[in-house]
Amino acid sequence: MKSYLLRRLWQSVLVIFGVSVVVFLILHLTGDPAALLLPPDATAEDIAKFRHDMGFDDPVAVQYLRFLKGAVRGDFGQSIRHGEPAMGLVAERLPATFELAGAGLLIALALAIPAGIVSAVRRNTPVDYISTVVALLGQAMPTFWLGIMLILVFSVRLNWLPSSGRGDLEHLILPAITLGLFTTARITRLTRSGMLEVLGQDYIRTARAKGVGEQPVVWKHALKNASIPIVTIVGIELGTLLGGSVITETIFAWPGVGRLSVQAIFNRDYPVVQSAVFLLASTFVIVNFLVDVVYTYLDPRIRFR
Amino acid sequence: MARVPTRTLAVPPVSVTASSPPRPREWVTLLYRLARRRTALFGAAVVLVVILAAVFAPLVSPFDPLEQDIGQRLKDPGWQDEQGRLHPLGTDHLGRDILARIIFGSRIALVVGLAAVLISGLLGMAIGLVAGYFGGRVDDFLMRLADIQLAFPFILLAIAVIGVLGPSLRNIIIVIGVSSWVVYARVVRGEVLSIREREYVQAAIALGSQHGRVLWQHVLPNTLTPWLVVATLDMARVIVIESALSFLGLGVQPPTPTWGGMLADGRVYLSTAWWLATFPGLAILVTVLGINLFGDGLRDTLDPRLKV
Repeated sequence: MKSYLLRRLWQSVLVIFGVSVVVFLILHLTGDPAALLLPPDATAEDIAKFRHDMGFDDPVAVQYLRFLKGAVRGDFGQSIRHGEPAMGLVAERLPATFELAGAGLLIALALAIPAGIVSAVRRNTPVDYISTVVALLGQAMPTFWLGIMLILVFSVRLNWLPSSGRGDLEHLILPAITLGLFTTARITRLTRSGMLEVLGQDYIRTARAKGVGEQPVVWKHALKNASIPIVTIVGIELGTLLGGSVITETIFAWPGVGRLSVQAIFNRDYPVVQSAVFLLASTFVIVNFLVDVVYTYLDPRIRFR
Repeated sequence: MARVPTRTLAVPPVSVTASSPPRPREWVTLLYRLARRRTALFGAAVVLVVILAAVFAPLVSPFDPLEQDIGQRLKDPGWQDEQGRLHPLGTDHLGRDILARIIFGSRIALVVGLAAVLISGLLGMAIGLVAGYFGGRVDDFLMRLADIQLAFPFILLAIAVIGVLGPSLRNIIIVIGVSSWVVYARVVRGEVLSIREREYVQAAIALGSQHGRVLWQHVLPNTLTPWLVVATLDMARVIVIESALSFLGLGVQPPTPTWGGMLADGRVYLSTAWWLATFPGLAILVTVLGINLFGDGLRDTLDPRLKV
């Protein structure tokens, strides 16, 4: 088990290293980072001077090593618009994004697991059909449209909930539902199919035969075994949630990393963009490593792989 | 494009031999089985309607999608203008007919969807074949590349790259296409791992076949079925991504109508004219739902074990 986790840790480090290469390359896509970073009306001399000052005339490998040296200390350069360290700006917004993503995940799990279980236990009943249709719609609904429709109904028409900003719980409800719905739909379908598979197993029949009640059979014997794929997908869905936060935060003016990076892209503030992409991608890698650690305890078979 | 489905459907769901010539009866049976799934049939019908609307847009659209009339701005759905022409879904903030713009918007959605899926599908197929067939270090390296790709929040990476390169139809297709290969590679690799051990593949290698020939003749045909299922379902995802990019202003630029762009316009007029944002979103929802239902049916018919 220890060697398995060590190997996973080494893989995670490699992946974060790869992420840093891609983040570095974003600026070099057009071949001329200086022209990209300066305002469009900069003169050729300005660009030449800037290119030299920033070291953009060095070989790419040298530039990357310099970038990496900064990156390991969390230094991604200064924000062009705000004149502050870019990573600091992004890190400041991270709690807001985590709050939103966490709330979205919580909503998803709270709705999806019971819905999936009930759907599986009462297969082919109206309850199952309704939950399946809702899940299908949830998977097909674009996040940004759902957000706008929720604002239309609950903010513009009914005036029940605020449509923008961060603050108390009321502010969190609409963005969290918007962000969480796709994940809810996915986990509902996964729970349903996982439970159906487990409920057909011999050990469930044995449990029933020896007189275990229906409740413990479903909630203990079956759910425990069906939960393994759910744990895996929680790690993967975190990526969906962090990515989805880009759109959701823009719609609800939520002051998180996603909204900051969209603004930064339009302001051509690439150090901020690079910091945000790097931070969110690394978070995803670290969380998935932690999920694997939890996983080895849940499913002992993995330790011997 | 048209040839791919027929060839793929010809491969039996549980392939025993790859080299047996595809018999037409098999895919007729499969089509029949697919058609018996009502939800899949419904999905196929929806997709067909969208495709027809996109191809024949100038014929079916009641108006020119770019024709502005400031005197007729923000009119309700079902409104009739002075010439007695009906605007079933109303007009937008520039007096353009919304139904016409939705019909023409399907063109961008489908073009991006098809082209990006083709790029990522071929890329993923190649990577999956090589990783699964050669294994070892090559496999390790390619799968780490997949992990790196998956680590990025997709939308954020896409908007960052498009922000640098500039938004255009070509750039959007390339960015989505190049960064969506992982799911294909994983599914194809999984298939290859089991096909590689079959006797006929081992026999072909023992008889001195080149790797390229073994891959092309014996391994690749068996991966086409799961590949097709993944491609179908991925098309839905790509359409949502395209509209998200357009929504953020990083898609195909105005005045070309895109569903996401229409939504972004409509968002501004949400309190006065709800129909601007509502209908393009419904168009995305219905299209994606249709593709998903069709894809689910395709998977259940062709390869029920596939987990996608």
